[in-house]
Amino acid sequence: MKEGYNLIYQKPKTLRKKRMHYCPGCFHSTIHKLMMEVVDELGIQEKTIGVCPVGCSVFAYDYMDVDMQEAAHGRAAAVATGIKRMHPDKIVFSYQGDGDLAAIGIAETIHACNRGENFTFIFINNGIYGMTGGQMAPTTLEGQKTTTSPYGRDPKKAGLPLKMCEIVSQFDAVAYVERISCDTPANARKAKRALKKAFEYQIQGLGTTFIEVASNCPSGWKCTPEESLEWLKEKAFPYFPLGVFKKPEEV
Amino acid sequence: MPAKGYVEISVEGCKGCGLCVINCPTDCLALKTSDTNSYGLYYAYMKDEDNCIACQNCAVICPDAAITVYKKAS
Amino acid sequence: MSEIKLMKGNEALAEAAIRAGLQGYFGYPITPQSEVVEYLAREEPKHNYVLLQAESELAAVNMLYGAGGAGARVMTTTSSPGFSLMQEGISYIACAQIPCLFANIVRGGPGLGTIQPSQSDYFQATKGGGHGDYHLIVLAPNSVQEMVDHVYLGFELADKYRSPAMLLSDGAIGQMMEKVQLPDPIEYKPDKPWATTGKKPGQERNFLTSLYIQSEEMEEKNKELQAKFKKIEENEVRFEEYKTNDAEIIIVSFGLSSRISKKSVDMARETGLKVGLFRPITVWPFPANKIADIAARQQVKFFISVEMNSGQMLEDVKLAVNGKKPVYFYGRMGGIIPTPKEILTAVQERSRS
Repeated sequence: MKEGYNLIYQKPKTLRKKRMHYCPGCFHSTIHKLMMEVVDELGIQEKTIGVCPVGCSVFAYDYMDVDMQEAAHGRAAAVATGIKRMHPDKIVFSYQGDGDLAAIGIAETIHACNRGENFTFIFINNGIYGMTGGQMAPTTLEGQKTTTSPYGRDPKKAGLPLKMCEIVSQFDAVAYVERISCDTPANARKAKRALKKAFEYQIQGLGTTFIEVASNCPSGWKCTPEESLEWLKEKAFPYFPLGVFKKPEEV
Repeated sequence: MPAKGYVEISVEGCKGCGLCVINCPTDCLALKTSDTNSYGLYYAYMKDEDNCIACQNCAVICPDAAITVYKKAS
Repeated sequence: MSEIKLMKGNEALAEAAIRAGLQGYFGYPITPQSEVVEYLAREEPKHNYVLLQAESELAAVNMLYGAGGAGARVMTTTSSPGFSLMQEGISYIACAQIPCLFANIVRGGPGLGTIQPSQSDYFQATKGGGHGDYHLIVLAPNSVQEMVDHVYLGFELADKYRSPAMLLSDGAIGQMMEKVQLPDPIEYKPDKPWATTGKKPGQERNFLTSLYIQSEEMEEKNKELQAKFKKIEENEVRFEEYKTNDAEIIIVSFGLSSRISKKSVDMARETGLKVGLFRPITVWPFPANKIADIAARQQVKFFISVEMNSGQMLEDVKLAVNGKKPVYFYGRMGGIIPTPKEILTAVQERSRS
């Protein structure tokens, strides 16, 4: 450190040293980082238990220095339910991609939300199945080309993309729903505030908290990281608008 | 006049995504195209050490937490 | 305190789980075992366990994974089609080495089948219905009393080996009422340093996974699991013999059909046939060594496997006998329960030929 200067930002303590395997520019890394900053700031490392999915973030447990369980594909909401029901005093999160939460796992997601399971969903929606090579996801945009929709997603065959924030906001027992992104420093700061609020509401026992990240996939979308941010702004945000969909009543 | 801040970017930790470069308001950062790290990536570095304002935008946007930010003591 | 009651099999199973210190039950209704969930739901206000009716068996088994992985004593019960849904979860639970207890109150299949009792899930239970190299510890109760005893034993073995265990029961035992001695309740205070309950200060955090993407690591994990299963095979075989000492004909049977076969043994003895019953209590680990010993006895003429299926345990009996003596089969399928007379007739026919 140079003389006369103070350290004002460094990698969060609870982000493990192992280099994250995600592609350059991928928001998985960003969200992992922001989540662990929140864990540090709230001082809950020893009370946090996470559930990671199948997908690019299958190795999330290698990066987050908290107790974690690897769930079967789509089942993270059920696994998180089991953990939180046994340990209501711990902070539990389920970290999932679009296939995990909105395709194979949608029944578990819907029912956990309907029951108001008091854990936090962190839903990384990048409209594609990255890990398996770039196939169509339930949140792939109309007309978007993927390896299983090579001519563009056709709503007549595949339906329209699912808007999970909008869906889960319907449940009485869901306390807080926000869609965030990390495409600009301003949005990334908002994203961190949203994650912190979600954990704080969980600590207060208010019900299910659901954070959806309108995320990118430069590799799957076949573009540079910078171009992926352009796609988000032009195509994704209009369909998946950022913002708060539901929040607890002001006390 | 010493800069308001400076950053350290981990050569091996950086993946060369370039998001810090485009988000620096004072254009202090660049990707080093004359060299790569051991992963074969063009890592980011401070091309201009005089104009950093320690806004932390680069560190916030960096997906890999590869940037450490320092601010001049007042 | 322990007491004697007249109880239905499913309810006795539920009561035993409560007494054994059950902390979490995640299940789904399915005939013929819904009474388990219903009993636990009625009793819930008096105890401290968590009861959750999940949205499906698929969800239930994953809740079990989570709760068991977080250190709790957990159980689920289901019947054949539901047990099929749980196979993925069981494979994950076996690899992540999470102790939990399953009970399959078997009904006729395949497919949606019938609600009548059957034993046609033997392969699924013992040869692994889920993918990969693993084994469930499988106990086969043949009475309401054993439904109770095997819950205690199942939980104990699951904890001892950090491995999932199950009761392979059937719809008749689940539904019938018998006198049962209920054991003393346990105050369950486990020591599970591997459980995910929050990182302890000064220690590495815990994580549970079944993902070992480097083949070398996956092989090491498999070797570790296989060593454990070997230990279970060496130490936890259980069986019961009835009039086998001088027997020339050995009926091998488990669960409900063993109760019926016992009657057939007595009927056979009255006609002068020296029949005995060998009853595996653990169908995994299978009592192969003991059957091999019996097969080597000079007076033994043949074995006959009696099951309510198309011939599943039959294969394990044949393997154990290893060609020393003939192994025959008698069975009924689709939820039909054989009568003692039918089994006797089958034995008599074989002994004449």
